Amino acid sequence: MSIDHEFSNSGRPFAADVASREQSPSTTIATLSGRPLLSNSGIPLDLNWVREVRVNTSAVERRAQSQVARRTVKKEWQAAWLLRAISCMDLTTLSGDDTDERVRRLCAKARRPIQQDLVQKLGIEALDVKVGAVCIYHSFIETALHALEGSGIRVAAVSTGFPAGLSSFAERVAEIRRSVEAGADEIDVVITRAHVFGGRWQALYDEVATFKHACGTTHMKVILGTGDLLTLRNVARASYVAMMAGADFIKTSTGKEPTNATLPVGLVMVRTIRDYAQQTGMAVGFKPAGGIRTAKQSIEWLAMMKEELGPSWMRAKMFRFGASGLLGDIERQLEHYATGRYSGEYRHPIA
Amino acid sequence: MSIAEKFVSMEYGPAPEDSKEASAWLDHHGRRIGLFINGAWQAPAAGQYFDTVDPSNGEKLASVAQGGVADVDAAVRAARAASPKWRSLGPHSRARYLYALARLVQKHSRLLAVLETMDNGKPIRESRDIDIPLVARHFYYHAGWAQLFEQEFAGYEPCGVVGQIIPWNFPLLMLAWKIAPALATGNTVVLKPAEFTPLSALAFAELCQEAGLPAGVVNIVTGDGSTGEALVKHPDIDKIAFTGSTEVGRAIRSATAASHKRLSLELGGKSPFIIFDDADLDSAVEGLVDGIWFNQGQVCCAGSRLLMQESIAEPLMSKIRDRMSSLRIGPPLDKAIDIGAIVARVQLDRIERMVAQGVAEGATCWQPQVVLPSRGFYFPPTLLSNVHPTSIVAQQEIFGPVLAAMTFRTPKEAIELANNTVYGLASCVWSENVNVALHVAAQLKAGVVWVNCTNLFDAACGFGGYRESGYGREGGREGLLEYMEPAWFKHAPALPAAIAPAASQAQAEERPAASSPAIDRTVKLFIGGKQVRPDSGYSMQVRSPDERLLGEAPLGNRKDIRNAVEAARKAEAWAKATAHNRAQVLYYCAENLAQRQAEIGQRLASVVGEKQAAAEVELGIQRIFSYAAWADKFDGAVHNPPFRNIAIAMNEPIGTVGVICPAETPLLGFFSLVMPLLAMGNTVIAIPSERYPLITGDLYQLFESSDLPGGSINIVTGYASHLLKTLAEHDDVDGLWCYGDEATVAAAKAMSIGNLKQVWTNEGRAIDWFTPKVAEGRWYLEHATQVKNIWVPYGE
Repeated sequence: MSIDHEFSNSGRPFAADVASREQSPSTTIATLSGRPLLSNSGIPLDLNWVREVRVNTSAVERRAQSQVARRTVKKEWQAAWLLRAISCMDLTTLSGDDTDERVRRLCAKARRPIQQDLVQKLGIEALDVKVGAVCIYHSFIETALHALEGSGIRVAAVSTGFPAGLSSFAERVAEIRRSVEAGADEIDVVITRAHVFGGRWQALYDEVATFKHACGTTHMKVILGTGDLLTLRNVARASYVAMMAGADFIKTSTGKEPTNATLPVGLVMVRTIRDYAQQTGMAVGFKPAGGIRTAKQSIEWLAMMKEELGPSWMRAKMFRFGASGLLGDIERQLEHYATGRYSGEYRHPIA
Repeated sequence: MSIAEKFVSMEYGPAPEDSKEASAWLDHHGRRIGLFINGAWQAPAAGQYFDTVDPSNGEKLASVAQGGVADVDAAVRAARAASPKWRSLGPHSRARYLYALARLVQKHSRLLAVLETMDNGKPIRESRDIDIPLVARHFYYHAGWAQLFEQEFAGYEPCGVVGQIIPWNFPLLMLAWKIAPALATGNTVVLKPAEFTPLSALAFAELCQEAGLPAGVVNIVTGDGSTGEALVKHPDIDKIAFTGSTEVGRAIRSATAASHKRLSLELGGKSPFIIFDDADLDSAVEGLVDGIWFNQGQVCCAGSRLLMQESIAEPLMSKIRDRMSSLRIGPPLDKAIDIGAIVARVQLDRIERMVAQGVAEGATCWQPQVVLPSRGFYFPPTLLSNVHPTSIVAQQEIFGPVLAAMTFRTPKEAIELANNTVYGLASCVWSENVNVALHVAAQLKAGVVWVNCTNLFDAACGFGGYRESGYGREGGREGLLEYMEPAWFKHAPALPAAIAPAASQAQAEERPAASSPAIDRTVKLFIGGKQVRPDSGYSMQVRSPDERLLGEAPLGNRKDIRNAVEAARKAEAWAKATAHNRAQVLYYCAENLAQRQAEIGQRLASVVGEKQAAAEVELGIQRIFSYAAWADKFDGAVHNPPFRNIAIAMNEPIGTVGVICPAETPLLGFFSLVMPLLAMGNTVIAIPSERYPLITGDLYQLFESSDLPGGSINIVTGYASHLLKTLAEHDDVDGLWCYGDEATVAAAKAMSIGNLKQVWTNEGRAIDWFTPKVAEGRWYLEHATQVKNIWVPYGE
């Protein structure tokens, strides 16, 4: 049996990838319809991309609905998909009451997302399934690094005045630098939504490009705040600008907006990723965040990635869920698969 | 395979819907199902059965009765016997039954869905999520109409016993489209399901039993084409409703021509799918998936002709190919399958043959790499490019998952290409610009236009075609009208075959001898706004009832009809004139008629007598006023389907319409038929009363002085029987109104089958043109228009 090396989770495959990307820019990070794609180094701002955005909301909603209705996975396939969802998870805690101990608990759960007896029942010991990353505030980077040492689990820090992104620009850039220096593997930045409302695309591009520069080789996810942007056309425009400015990932929301990741928003974003890949040969990852709480939802999102972008975007390298409550439901569903009995929340160790 | 391996491959894996309950249902019937007649199961009289097969694996599902002539007769007799009681039951009771049927469909929805998929081969996701919910919705909606029938349709009566023949592509949905409106309006029904897919209709028969529907109200007779033929030809049927191929539609029109059976036909299509350069291309591609790869492309309104703006053709084709590659084809009971099985071997053969023919004609065929199941009837999604309008795959309905792609340069060309077809069922327009989309939607010759969406259906929105896609609508208020008739019309006496001379001899003898001859009055034909001599160079004598020579009228022939139709076709700007403008022109006609009231009345009196002549002119003025009034008031509607959109039902003119005017009232009969047509924007070729064609001379002077644009009304005199033939057979005439005796109207129907023009007649009955209540109004306007439903979803 061959397992994608990325899931062996020994060492830090992503960090290694990022390093090798520097040395050899021709490394393929994904394929789309058989075409190898490189990691995104950005392109100069081309306003035609923004101007040519056409998104028909009703049609997008219809596609999102029918996709959910027309794709399903059952039995051992469902179990496999749920495990994959775990491996693509950014296990997250972003609350005002976070403490070091809380983060340590989260990291422990990240290392061992499924209890051992269930792992055995499923016969997946060799997979050594772990979450993709833990996602935390800057203050807890050190705690998390320490707690995750040797696990291969990456540490992602939200940055740039998360969630509003309205602190001074210099402060936001400095925040990135501090997190990078602290050893974060990934930085989740937020954009200034006002640039989108005002159509200040150059300003948005410059902002994201500056963030990217501050990140250096550290993986950058750009949060668009889709719950604030509201219209799907704005989501598409912001997606293009963020990708042109060098985003490694584009991410829907902060989890703090009134509505978070919805399938129509996700569909619009993955279509821009596909278009960008087809036109530039560069692959950008996708992270829906907020509001994804059920195992069923996680399968819907994975199916969307499979349908719209293909299997490359069903791996942690190109796809993440930002979630805090999702794991518990997935565990219950896995247990149901293994035992045939429905499970309860309290029967699984919490983060 | 282990979970770990699947974790790597991330395939979907099988997700089969359980067919146990459906199999148990079949077993319960011993896999041998009879006819549902008079509320009970009966064996066919001749004892013959045929097999119905699961097309996804070729296995026999059950034996089903082959209904014969005797069985059809028994069913019709049961329906007839049930009719009086069902009618007298009252609207509320009928509403309760329809409501119960809606509920029962919901309660048994999964059994119906699985049975449908097994019998038809369509993906369970479609039968479960689309077909069956729409079936329930149709019964709910029509339960409502049943309740409102007497308030909303005062003065109307049900047709009586309705024969209904449905196709195999949406078996239960088509049953609902047929049965729900029929029952809601108080008709009783004999329905023949398609030979390939009889099972869901038989399951529905059980629901009728469960609902306690009175025996005989719904009868289901299974069988092949011969069963359908027996139904069509049965003398005690009042109406035939048919959905199926245009060829069979023609045969039905022909077979029912000599009867008074009302007819609604929902036939084939080759619907255009237009994508402009400013469309959301990714969404348009999904629209195509819903358009041509829905139900294996076996959809009469499938968007099978892709018309794409040249500038986006390349990227669009690439997107389409990518999308086709992710379509999943396989066993239809699998819940993650997009394309199931083709209904039967013969249909698969037809698709293969037509694609091969398209390729032979130069089309490029592209199919994704897919593995088809080894058993059953499957055809991969197919894209044909390099297709030209001349290609057979661009003209003929394939009824399979095959898209024919062409390009256009301008919106004008898109419309031209879209309308370059004998069909006119549905169409799609994709553009993010509301001006472009609605500009095009308004000009498409199709009963349904979907703007930025595809294949949306709802009970509230009429569905039906223009041209050879049939006539009549299903759904909405307009669909209901197909199942009823005004009571006065239904009970009107028959018109005598030979017209009795009117009593008008009094003044005939006393003509003063003229001292010098009167100036000869030459009446001509009126074509394209000009007075023209007849092509034949002959005239016909026109005599009064007492055989006095009144004058000579031009003897029109085929060529005059040809010229008149050409002139009418060219005058289509009349349809585009504003309703206010048309109203003004008609009022002006009335004004000018009033000015010449005396002289026109005087001449007419020599044929119909002074009293009738005076009444005809006076009421004629009023009638023109009525339709001038209606011109800007016969509005469409905005429907409320359960989607976020505006569904606009527009009343559009039929196009060029021939009119055989009633003989008995030369002036008033002419206005009673021509004016509603003109008011709604049709252009007209009228054959005036054969009894008094000289009226033409008065009429064209009236029209010439009233600013009516040339060609909007054309008048050809001559022997009605000769002219009727040319007019009825003319393939560029969209509609024919024929008011005459029984033999004439039967001939009109029979001769109309070439292009399946809409024929509306008096059924040989006498209409009292002097009573406005029956001689004018909505009944006429409804026949002068056809409804186009434009669906415009919105949202940002």
